[in-house]
Amino acid sequence: MSNTQPPAPPDDVGAEVAVKASPVRPAPSAGRRPRQRFRLHLLVFLLPAAAIYTIFMVYPLVDSMRLSLYAPQDGIRMFVGLENFVHLLTDDLLSARFWNAVWNNLVFFAIHFFVQNPIGLLLAALLSSATLKGRSIYRTLLFIPTTLSVVIVGFIWQLILNPIWGIVETPLLGQSSTALITLSLMSVWQYIGIPMILFYAVLIAIPDELLEAARVDGANGWQTFWRVKFPLVLPTVGIVSVITYVANMNAFDLIYTVKGALAGPDFATDIMGTLFFRTFFGFQLQRGSSTMGATVATMMFVLILVGVLLYFFVYQRRVEHYEL
Amino acid sequence: MPNRLRWVAPFAGLLLVLASCGESEDPREEVDEPDSAENGEADENGEVEGDGAEGSLIIESWRNDDLAIWEDVIIPAFQEQHPNIEVSFQPTAPDEYNAALEAKLAGGTAGDLITCRPFDVALDLYEAGHLESLNDLPGIETFSDVARSAWVTDDGSDVFCVPMASVIHGFLYNAEIFDELGLEEPSTEAEFHDLLDQIAADGNYAPLVMGTADQWEAATMGFQNIGPNYWDGEEGRQALIDGTQGFDDDAYVAVFDELASWADYLPSGYESVTYPDSQNLFTLGNGAIFPAGSWEIALFREQADFEMGVFAPPLPEGQDTCYISDHTDIGIGMNPDTDSPEAARAFLEWTASPEFAELYANSLPGFFPLSDHEVQLDDPLAQEFIDWRNECESTIRNSYQILSRGEPNLENELWDLSAQVINGTIEPAEAAERAQDGLERWYEPQQ
Repeated sequence: MSNTQPPAPPDDVGAEVAVKASPVRPAPSAGRRPRQRFRLHLLVFLLPAAAIYTIFMVYPLVDSMRLSLYAPQDGIRMFVGLENFVHLLTDDLLSARFWNAVWNNLVFFAIHFFVQNPIGLLLAALLSSATLKGRSIYRTLLFIPTTLSVVIVGFIWQLILNPIWGIVETPLLGQSSTALITLSLMSVWQYIGIPMILFYAVLIAIPDELLEAARVDGANGWQTFWRVKFPLVLPTVGIVSVITYVANMNAFDLIYTVKGALAGPDFATDIMGTLFFRTFFGFQLQRGSSTMGATVATMMFVLILVGVLLYFFVYQRRVEHYEL
Repeated sequence: MPNRLRWVAPFAGLLLVLASCGESEDPREEVDEPDSAENGEADENGEVEGDGAEGSLIIESWRNDDLAIWEDVIIPAFQEQHPNIEVSFQPTAPDEYNAALEAKLAGGTAGDLITCRPFDVALDLYEAGHLESLNDLPGIETFSDVARSAWVTDDGSDVFCVPMASVIHGFLYNAEIFDELGLEEPSTEAEFHDLLDQIAADGNYAPLVMGTADQWEAATMGFQNIGPNYWDGEEGRQALIDGTQGFDDDAYVAVFDELASWADYLPSGYESVTYPDSQNLFTLGNGAIFPAGSWEIALFREQADFEMGVFAPPLPEGQDTCYISDHTDIGIGMNPDTDSPEAARAFLEWTASPEFAELYANSLPGFFPLSDHEVQLDDPLAQEFIDWRNECESTIRNSYQILSRGEPNLENELWDLSAQVINGTIEPAEAAERAQDGLERWYEPQQ
């Protein structure tokens, strides 16, 4: 099949592929609007990704949800319906751990939301200012922590905050009152580059005419930022927040690196990821339970789903998008 | 962009050429060579000693730190007696060992010899038919009941791993600081506190080097270290299992009380001092006493440039028998699906021999053989640890056998509670009560 083949009415599949492959998309033949036929090339493009995604993401996810409906009884895995969930939410010991983890997770997210977004926006605004020199150096430096391994971040901050070798006397990571906040801020420090770069991309895409117009109208820098730039950034704030939410609810590595799977002191830094780890894999002498672990994982999924749906239906629909 | 980076290409090429000129050294190749040379020789001469078993064995283990010792010392020594048995030591990372081993056993790809974790993990494997019973293994009788306790069925009738090594708790100290301040090893708790006060008064050193950030030190080096003296070792441990004693008994509250008193002597900010922090603090000479497990010996010998001494957990008032935590840590068993069961048995028999005990204990100072054979250790510190076995009664950590099977997990509870007691966020009596409540939730004899 050659690219030069003249456009034929898409009667057969071969012609369809040929049409797709031709460099210039031929105009539909005059007078006859091509019927909305099933376009095979869409399948060709979508299938590989869909197949891989299904095998490695959808299937395991669904299977782990299925696993949460089973429990071992006398060594055999039996279907028990929602019993695991009832147990997780009603057993005084387990539910206390679970809600503690959920609460800590929400605190972890809240700190990210309220610290990471404003600082990210501030940095992006400063970076996009026209008079700034050495912009790309700052941009790179600020983004570097994001590319570091969590293990390194955890290790560096543990040393910085260490009462023996570090700069503070207070055991910030060792007290239940401060440990979670400290860990959250460590994580904010690491990932500040992501909101910064996303906000920055929006800010530099704002056409100069808009800003000039504002200036002509007599707006100062402050007013220009809040009245012109900020509304344009708002949709990105939503996206950044939802990304942060998903990442935070799935968080595990930093806490595990710094505090271990028991997430001490007194479970003050225990989040759903560490709870899941202990439940699924066991810890020290505690034996793991794959079914209970799957139950915790399913609850994590549900909480993330609720958060993301709230974003889509409450925030995404209300926030105004401007065509530039 | 590509044009600007054009100059990089020749350099990169040059670098690659240079790299390929270097001789690649795989340390394991070197280790393997003498072994295979030896085997070749033995085969040529037709020297077959021992029982003449043949085959090749793979050892599963989580002790990846010990790889060199196994390859250089232990396996060659075994092959002197059994030249026709190939042995290879294939460790997995400690955190992954249990899961990896289970997967391999289920898939039928696991090694012939299996290094056994103590208690329930190994017991589970035995019950699932992944470990062979070793009741009739020659040499198994040289191990005491305490030594075997980690690898027997609950009723004690079947033993399924040869006990390989234990670790003993005690207090390591910096002998130079002791000399400088004119201090002596304490034998009673009163003397211990006196000593700590004197070091604290001097003000130059942290009297006790430990943190609670990782939680396990508080439980393992603290609670389980000094505890046996309070609950009379095995007697108390068995009583907890029988349900005749509880964690809210005075003895256990007293351990937590003593533990809480340590807070004044720990380095400042100990709540976020981790285990490696305290190891460094001690080996740098900034602290006087390190509540320890014997496994520290090898690392401390390497890192500390001062003399070290060790004393056993000081006796509480009114106590005259000393008890030590001589905790069973490593055993070795046999995969029933092995292709060379005779070779595997020959190896296990050898691990029960005095020769192996001596070899192992000296290669890994701080890991002590569990058999009754008299063993001479080169390391004086290790020797001192093991000498306590003659003066004191041995026991193991009380949370390990049976009692950590339910929810909440007793071992995890003890980590949390011991750390909190030292942090001062929970009262000793309250901690003891919580441990007891946890046990009563699921353990029938305690209900």
